[in-house]
Formats: sequence, structure tokens, C-alpha cells
Amino acid sequence: MDFRWDLIVEYAPFFAKGTLLTIGLSIAGIVIGTFLGLLIGLGKLMRNKLLALPFNWYINFFRGTPLMVQILLIHFAVVPPFLGTTNAIVAAIVALSLNSAAYIAEIFRAGIQSIDRGQMEAARSLGMTHVQAMKFVILPQAFKRMIPPLGNEFIVLIKDSSLAALIAAPELMYWGRAMQGQYYRAWEPYLTAAVIYLVLTLSLNFLLTRLERRMATE
Amino acid sequence: MIKVENLKKSFGLNEVLKDINVTVKPQEVVVVIGPSGSGKSTFLRCINMLESITGGHVYIEGIDLTDKKTDINKVRTEVGMVFQQFNLFPHKKVIENVMLAPMKVRKISAEEARAKGLALLRKVGLEEKAEAYPDSLSGGQKQRVAIARALAMEPNIMLFDEPTSALDPEMVGEVLEVMKQLAKEGMTMVVVTHEMGFAKEVGDRVLFMDGGLIVEENIPSELFDHPKEARTKAFLSKVL
Repeated sequence: MDFRWDLIVEYAPFFAKGTLLTIGLSIAGIVIGTFLGLLIGLGKLMRNKLLALPFNWYINFFRGTPLMVQILLIHFAVVPPFLGTTNAIVAAIVALSLNSAAYIAEIFRAGIQSIDRGQMEAARSLGMTHVQAMKFVILPQAFKRMIPPLGNEFIVLIKDSSLAALIAAPELMYWGRAMQGQYYRAWEPYLTAAVIYLVLTLSLNFLLTRLERRMATE
Repeated sequence: MIKVENLKKSFGLNEVLKDINVTVKPQEVVVVIGPSGSGKSTFLRCINMLESITGGHVYIEGIDLTDKKTDINKVRTEVGMVFQQFNLFPHKKVIENVMLAPMKVRKISAEEARAKGLALLRKVGLEEKAEAYPDSLSGGQKQRVAIARALAMEPNIMLFDEPTSALDPEMVGEVLEVMKQLAKEGMTMVVVTHEMGFAKEVGDRVLFMDGGLIVEENIPSELFDHPKEARTKAFLSKVL
């Protein structure tokens, strides 16, 4: 089997552009998803079951339906009324953020609930409000326990961003498919894409491991 | 200072407190004893509303805790609590444990909180542990830090929920010593404990609880030496 390195070299600028967009989509998804996830996770923890219900169903919907369906719905049905036209990058960011928020909400909820009840009681017995106790006592401890599952979720998010190729957001996978379409070659584009994804996820993994170790020694 | 009237508390169908009436005077040390499951911890936790109150009233310095308009956070700043399991904040250093609430709730400056905190740690004999994390302390040391943390809010009342029950025997003494000191300084205290020696020596009054009721109350010498109720006699014969 011949391996056409020259084709990869030819497509290198596109892969570079695509990789940048993949990183951009992932970072946007992580940042927005984490913010929304915290709000939704806290919402689900509300003691009033009726108020917690919408958050519960948000999580049910986004965890219980395929991301591919969500991307298509958001791209073709949700975004156009707002922008007047389709926009693949906006749709991809919205879909990835909303989807990861559901998973991150569950990570936050589990992290908060894993903290011993006595911590909240001690904080409240000192006169702190519920919000103060959360902010100064519960969340700092919960965050430490959330790092490993959050890291998992971020890695999943990087890989899931490849689904944006479906709506022609010109990220890494989009250029891989374009290359296959142009030259009828499979190994070169997809192996290249796979290696780049691997480098991205391993780099993130490396950063998270270091963060975890630093938090552990504190 | 504390007035409990017809206090009732149920968890679902389980009625834990049936009808509690107690008055605690300023500077009084009231010790609560009784078999496990008698409701004594629940009673204590109702005094600062860590448990919601099913019926009756609890007044702290005249303020009705069951009144919906009462700011419970404000009342709690006047009522310190020490827990069986210490409940120190493990992510904060010893001194930060003591400084946190005065800074966030009383809004005093970090310098002032630190100076006060160090003075309190000196009082409980742990000034040299100020920069340590709770994990590195023994049980007795943790509980003394927890007492300092509660005192940092300058409460008028201190509640102790079995403060020595989770300790190794050799560490019980150091915690009781701190509590005795507090009592001597005139702190109003309600102490749930199994330490009968402490009850006799420090208590102004002892309440014996069983089955969600106060079965008998008296000054320690009378209650321990001449119990009147059969249930009190049966309990004391097992623990003394």
C-alpha cells in the first residue's frame, strides 16, 4: 500500500485551520458548558421539586437524545429565526455547550452531594447563609472532586466537536472529509485527523493530571 | 436566655420530641443525658434550627425562632455549636477555619480576624497549629479547634453535641478541660454528653431524657445520687 504523504502536505494548511476551529469549538463548549452546567446542577439540587423539574428535564433531554440530532435541530431549526440565516459555527457552539452542560450539571450535582452534610451544618451554625456556605465551604471542596470527571467530559467534548462536520462547520473532521472527497483516499485524511485529535486529548489530559496533582498537595 | 416551650419534632411519622419544656438562665451549664435515640441531639439541634421545628416554640434571648420573620442566620451568630464529628473545613488551615465566619458574617478585616483567631487558638492551647491543616491534627486537637471556631463569633450561648464521643479515651480530658474553662468564664452552655463526671462537676443542672421527653431534671448531686424516676435509675445503673 502506498501512503501519499504529499497529499497530507498539500492539505496541511486546511488541517491547521480545521484544528484551530476544533480547539475554538471545544474551548467555547467547555467554558459555556461549565457555566451553564453549574447553574443547571444547582437548579436540580433545589429543594422545591417543582422548581427543580425544568432543570431535571433539561438534563434528561440533552443526555437522552443523540448529539447528532441536537446539532441538526439547532442548526436548521433553532438558530435561523435568531440570525435570519444558518450559521454552522454558531450552531456547533450552541449545541456543544448545551449538550455538555447537561453532563457537567450532573458532575456538579454529584460533587456537591458527595460533601459531608456536617460541613453545611457547621457553616450554617456559624451564621453563614446558604449561599455563603456553598461558596466558601461546599464548592471549594466539591471542585477538587469534580476535576477527574470534568476532565473526562472535556475530552469527550473535543471528540464530539467532530460532529460539527455534519453541518459543514469547517473544523478538523470537515477537512478530512473534504480531502477524501477530492482524492478518494481514506487512510491519509482520517489517520491525520485521528493523530491530531489524539494530540489534543492527550495534551488536555496532561494539563488536567498536573492540575489534579497540584490541588492534591494543597 | 433559652426558653423552650412545648417543643415537638417529628421525622415523618416518627415523633422524636414529644413535649419539651426547658428554660436555661444566663451563665447556666445544662447537661443533657439519656440513652441513644432519646432525642437529646435532636433537642439540641432544634435550639439553633439545624432541625426544623414541628410544633411549639424556641426563644433565644426573647426571639422566637419559629416566627417566620426571624432572621435565623442572625440568631445563629449568637449560638455557637460544637459537633460530635468536629466538622472542621478540611480545605482550610486551622487559623482560616477560625477566621472564616467572623470575616464573612461579621465582616471584620482579615488582620482583626487573624489576631482574634490566634488569641482563641492560644486559649485552647493550639496556637502553634495555626498554619496546619485539620487532617494533620488528632481528634482532641480538632475538637479544640472547633470550639475556637465557634467562639470566634463571640456567641452568648454554646451548644455541645456529644463533643467527646468520637474521641479516643486519652483525648477526652483535653476537650473537657477547655469546656470547664468556658463554664468558669460564665458561658451559657447546653451540653449533650455521656461524660457523667463532667455532668457532676461542671453542670448546674442535669436533664435526663428518654423517649422524646424530659423524664427528670435536677441539680447533679440530687439526680445522680437520688434519682426519683425508675427510668433514670435504670439508665444510671448502666452507665455509672
